[in-house]
Amino acid sequence: MLKIWRLTKSFPLDKFTQRLALNNVTLSLQKGEFVTIIGGNGAGKSTLLNCIAGVHLPDSGRITLDGMDITFWPEYRRSLYIGRVFQNPLLGTAPDMTIEENLAMACAKGKSRGLLPGVTKQEAKFFRDKVADLGLGLEKRMHQKVGLLSGGERQALTLLMATIVRPRLLLLDEHTSALDPATARRVLELTRSIISEHQLTTIMVTHNMKEALELGTRTIMMHEGRIVLDLSGRQRECMTVEKLVSFFTQEASIEVVELKNRA
Amino acid sequence: MTSIALQGTVELGIIYAIMALGVFLSFRILNMPDLTVDGSFTLGAAISALMCLKGSPWAGLPLAFLAGGLAGSVTALLHTKGRIQPLLSGILVMLALYSINLRVMGRANIPLINLPTVFSTWPWLNRWAEGYTALIGSSSLLVLILLLLFGFLKTRFGLVLRATGQNPQMVRSVGVNTDTTLTVGLALANGLVALSGGLLAQYQLFADISMGVGMVIVGLASVIIGEGIIGSHWLGQHLIAVTVGAVVYRLVIAMAMELGMPPTDLKLISAVIVASALAAPALKEQWNLAKRQIQAQKGGGSEDAEDMEADQKLPSG
Repeated sequence: MLKIWRLTKSFPLDKFTQRLALNNVTLSLQKGEFVTIIGGNGAGKSTLLNCIAGVHLPDSGRITLDGMDITFWPEYRRSLYIGRVFQNPLLGTAPDMTIEENLAMACAKGKSRGLLPGVTKQEAKFFRDKVADLGLGLEKRMHQKVGLLSGGERQALTLLMATIVRPRLLLLDEHTSALDPATARRVLELTRSIISEHQLTTIMVTHNMKEALELGTRTIMMHEGRIVLDLSGRQRECMTVEKLVSFFTQEASIEVVELKNRA
Repeated sequence: MTSIALQGTVELGIIYAIMALGVFLSFRILNMPDLTVDGSFTLGAAISALMCLKGSPWAGLPLAFLAGGLAGSVTALLHTKGRIQPLLSGILVMLALYSINLRVMGRANIPLINLPTVFSTWPWLNRWAEGYTALIGSSSLLVLILLLLFGFLKTRFGLVLRATGQNPQMVRSVGVNTDTTLTVGLALANGLVALSGGLLAQYQLFADISMGVGMVIVGLASVIIGEGIIGSHWLGQHLIAVTVGAVVYRLVIAMAMELGMPPTDLKLISAVIVASALAAPALKEQWNLAKRQIQAQKGGGSEDAEDMEADQKLPSG
């Protein structure tokens, strides 16, 4: 399904030095797999997602999706197959347009963008039903501007937009971390039900270790641009947050020791 | 103001409204400060005047529209492919157009006296509504443009075009190339501007190399005035606001001239109107803050201070 082969990406810090954000990352996802990614700040989680989505072009390595080599595809072309929800709730929707219009844009993914009417009556009803399924009461506000919605409502809408045309891959980049705890739980619950309903292949980045182990079928830990832990099946079932934390601190302290030895 | 002068002002306003719609498209819909307008307005006028000289005034208008569209796409190309800042891309094309316009015109001014124009070639209309040809002609064109533009902005492509100005990231993530939407948008915007210039040349019976100077500001002033009077809560309202703004702007200028303002001060007044409208929200905020600070320093009288004292008197814990 998704194959990432020896992906490397660095960002220039200044004229002479650069930071290695992804260091030879190789990862392969099966169809229907739901992977959660954890790791500290600067571990390369978001960079990995951005490389898959086409926001960044990797320095070297290859990415294939369902046999298509998408390594050099521009972002907008990959979006036809990849759905995304961002950390920032403002990034997923157009604020001055209505809920209906936002959904219409997402729903026309992969179809002709010609001079056909933006929203037909039939589509309007379809969107209303879909929005009603979110259970937030937004179906009564289809003609309101999205800018008037709360962060949680916007994130739920973005989730719907990302999946209304079934994507081959869904990327969630800490999509609940800007929300208050109650709203975050609700959006996460929605995420879980949408993913299981459509059997979506998903990669979700999160800061919450409990969440990472509870959701999905596989958990990956990243550190310093590398994958340091890849858990699935029995191994993952036996893993607890405490063990994960101790592994995490171990991993970080190795670096410290290495640094000391070098000095 | 006499009724003839008033009619003339409204006619001018209607012609300029088409230009203002172009400026609205780039500044408001695409959220891109496009300065190509100054050049493409003259380009439209130059082409339209040239076609009048060649005896086919009607062909002048669509040609002006197409040429303006071309100018707009060059600006878009510089910005999207050349990664040049939007403001600079527009200025570069505006500069280039100055030479191009001189080439098109062959001289700095083309008079069109005694030549057939689109306003003079409607004998049947002249018989029916003598003296109102320009008003009826230009306003029906404006209504047609408004309807087409409104319809276009509601199509599938129109939706992503609008979203491009609000959230380009979102547009890319629904699988649309923002370079394409931006290019089409700027082409359309400058096409409208050039069409307006072409119409104006035939209306005022001359084209001049400097007639586009400051057109961006005139357009922006119309947009701001219209938004202030009519509002901009939904798309149709916003479009009508721009149109009304353009006519009101002309009326204000006409009245100022009536009161003895020399025409040479026109650009100064336009700049002052736009600058004050743009700065108004910030100035108002600072003014309110200053007022609150003064009140707070005076102490006693303000409600906040009383509330604070009352709060402190309450037993704590």
